[in-house]
Amino acid sequence: MREFDVSKIAGAVAEMCERINHELSDDVSSALRRAAERETSETGRSVLSMLEENLDVAKEKRIPICQDTGMAVVFLEIGQEVSLVGGYVEDAVNEGVSRGYRDGYLRKSVVADPLERVNTGDNTPAVIHTRIVPGDRVKITLAPKGFGSENMSRLYMLKPSDGEEGVVRAVVEAVRAAGPNACPPVVVGVGLGGDFEYSALMAKRALTRPVGESSDKEHIARLEKRILDEVNSLGIGPAGLGGAVTALAVNIETFPTHIAGMPCAVNICCHVDRHISVTL
Amino acid sequence: MERRITIPMDRETAASLRTGDTVYITGEMYVARDAAHKRLYELICEGRPLPIDLENETVYYMGPSPAREGRAIGSAGPTTSSRMDKYTPALLERGLSVMIGKGRRSEEVKRSAKEHGAVYLVAVGGAGALLSERITGSQVVCYEDLGAEAIRRIKVKDFPCIVALDSEGCDVYESRES
Ligand code: SF4
Repeated sequence: MREFDVSKIAGAVAEMCERINHELSDDVSSALRRAAERETSETGRSVLSMLEENLDVAKEKRIPICQDTGMAVVFLEIGQEVSLVGGYVEDAVNEGVSRGYRDGYLRKSVVADPLERVNTGDNTPAVIHTRIVPGDRVKITLAPKGFGSENMSRLYMLKPSDGEEGVVRAVVEAVRAAGPNACPPVVVGVGLGGDFEYSALMAKRALTRPVGESSDKEHIARLEKRILDEVNSLGIGPAGLGGAVTALAVNIETFPTHIAGMPCAVNICCHVDRHISVTL
Repeated sequence: MERRITIPMDRETAASLRTGDTVYITGEMYVARDAAHKRLYELICEGRPLPIDLENETVYYMGPSPAREGRAIGSAGPTTSSRMDKYTPALLERGLSVMIGKGRRSEEVKRSAKEHGAVYLVAVGGAGALLSERITGSQVVCYEDLGAEAIRRIKVKDFPCIVALDSEGCDVYESRES
């Protein structure tokens, strides 16, 4: 067994919160910069150039890329040969979020109760998804999620007979309904298969896959490309003001499912698709 | 068309704006989002006075991140306007003339805005760092307990927006989507 002090998790999470809210990962920022070449509308191009400039200002002056610095979503992959010591792992994650959001001048956007709505003051708790994996490492992926786009996400319980066409229709419909509200150009995360909640989880995880990296399953990679083309022909465009660039990527994760169903979750993310990982 | 505009905006200027125009705004405006709107709305429903005068005012739907030392404000881009739709007609009745946010508005808001000669502008969502550079001052006016959702008064200089709903009710999103 490898002993692993959870305080290292707190430190890593704090650092990642600060960093990813000021600097997008290369895959997203370069996709955004390249998008201007494909944009046919003049307004669209001027929005994209504002977004590029925004990334530069954020990085240089340490101002968050977007004021909605998100609810912290954390994926933990813990090797089964790891023995966690020094406290409870979820407390460590939350301690990291609290510190990162305080020291990084990030917005505290979490309320303690969905109905009473009193702010917790430090952006905790994080939404934490833990998996036990082979090995003796701890991998942490942080994906702070803004709610302009989260609010436009959808889950469809499709039928097997809906087939590929049904999936395309569902995803395109979700992006169309999201329109300008989700701050396009968007990244679309799709979870296909599994059951009700697992499809949603896969859709969120799909958003942490680098933009530009297709599914390793050939027929799914084809489907990603097809949906991306259809979405980009909607004409929503940057900021929803019209144009050819509505989405930067469609990432689909799949899982075996029941003979009677085909859950399809669509988690929409804005162009500020923040994801960062570290393996300790 | 590109125009420079100062606020408060008189009704004539508001009426001259056309959907799709780019405008650069200079002047002072209020900042309020969900929780503050709910409080204002409840006061109006109860027939009680509001803590701010909305006559001819501009409200920006926004909740900033905290300001670093030496800066007026943190990241400061627009939030989704449709969440304010429920409360908006009551505010328009009280004289609100310019709204700034992002995304579509309800039919009810469109009708009410047209009736009152109000306009709705959008700023680019997710450009909060850049937009903060056009904000030169910021002060909490009331509801400090709401944190990022408190009502603020901000000073802006050449703040870039696009007209999304002009006083004739023409909607930028309807005219551009295929
Ligand atoms: S949807 Fe994304 S870019 Fe838009 S305001 Fe929210 S976090 Fe920012």
